[in-house]
Amino acid sequence: MIKTDAVIIGAGPTGLFTVHQLGIIGLKCEVIDNLDRAGGQCIELYPDKPIYDIPGIPECTGEELTKGLLKQIKPFKTNFHLGQRVEEINQEGSSWLVKTNSGNIFSAPNIIIAGGVGSFEPRKLSLKEAEKFEGKQIFYSIANKDLFKEKKISIFGGGDSALDWALELSKLNEITLIHRRNEFRGAAHTLNEIKKKEKEGKMIIKTPYSLESIIGDKTLEEIGIIHENGKAEKIKTDYILSFFGLVMKLGPIADWGLNINNKTIPVNTENFQTNKAGIFAVGDICTYPGKLKLILSGFHEAALAARACFKRAKPNETYRFEFTTASKSIHGRLGLKK
Amino acid sequence: MPKITYISHEGKKNTVEVATGLSVMEGAVQNNIEGIDADCGGSMACATCHVYVPESWFNKLEKPQDAEQDMIDMAYEPKKNSRLSCQIIVTNELDGLEINTPTKQT
Repeated sequence: MIKTDAVIIGAGPTGLFTVHQLGIIGLKCEVIDNLDRAGGQCIELYPDKPIYDIPGIPECTGEELTKGLLKQIKPFKTNFHLGQRVEEINQEGSSWLVKTNSGNIFSAPNIIIAGGVGSFEPRKLSLKEAEKFEGKQIFYSIANKDLFKEKKISIFGGGDSALDWALELSKLNEITLIHRRNEFRGAAHTLNEIKKKEKEGKMIIKTPYSLESIIGDKTLEEIGIIHENGKAEKIKTDYILSFFGLVMKLGPIADWGLNINNKTIPVNTENFQTNKAGIFAVGDICTYPGKLKLILSGFHEAALAARACFKRAKPNETYRFEFTTASKSIHGRLGLKK
Repeated sequence: MPKITYISHEGKKNTVEVATGLSVMEGAVQNNIEGIDADCGGSMACATCHVYVPESWFNKLEKPQDAEQDMIDMAYEPKKNSRLSCQIIVTNELDGLEINTPTKQT
């Protein structure tokens, strides 16, 4: 069990800045995120898209903002528990026990939920039969490519993941790449490679086609695809790989006894506490009159929630408001040389 | 104010007034209309405000940008007449617009 002052759920921009705000007032924290890297929506949804409304930064991308925040919190040497989802929280005296799906358990007087719109999950195929073969012959991500050797693989999607895997797996397998329109949106050089493979007869590209049926009883045997004009055909398939990006699901947060309103958590704007003492919500996941889903709002919310955590983490100490420019103790926490 | 009709996959019609300048997505969210999730809040990054626009209206709308098409690839059961409702801005010309919401968004 890991004991700390606060557990932060979510490593998006707001979660990262919460680490900073806790750090400068001398509180320790642990960060948990379902994704395998920090950055949240910034890194998953718009790593290359510019953001223009971060105060003092006229323009930066989602990735640059994430990098900057990680640099800013480096002095606090915070532990990140990535690729883990918080499943359960339970009260134990004045502390909260936080349990992840990897079996990690944390104990802290404070939990700060900076969960955005929930956890990211791969977008799954809409056909009912897809469920039956998921993890066996249908995959939404690839953990072990050795599974695929001399197989017939149907790949769905038009972005980089679909193109990259089509290319990589075409070395040892028969690939059919299926996309709903003629245009792909992957990197130009990957697309050129793919076209080359098609010309050499090493890959089949089917556009504009979509998946219509999955056929097979115990094992998946074929798929039916349908052309935009209604013409259908069947393809023998051992594996389906589907790459339609990520969706956000509120997930277990909904089961923690917190008030939830339209997938968001109402908070008291004095301290961003939820209906449970010691559980705070900041960033896109919190709601209050006038709430704006902006990164800068998340930063403000983090600053207030962090101060509120102090009392619960150090009940016998008095919190003193200090400025980072002048405070020797803050400079110490930032590891600055005198 | 222009009237916009949101038709659920079950055929339930919901007509509301939406101020010009707002998006069809915002019109749905502000009026608590089910079937449009809009997880990313309108930044064209999630495809959960996906709608189908009947042919009679489809061609009257401004053409989607490439980035919108790219996002529609990710949507749940996209069709030829798919659009992201966060990218359809309500104007007086769109008074009477009808859109269909998909079976689900994710």
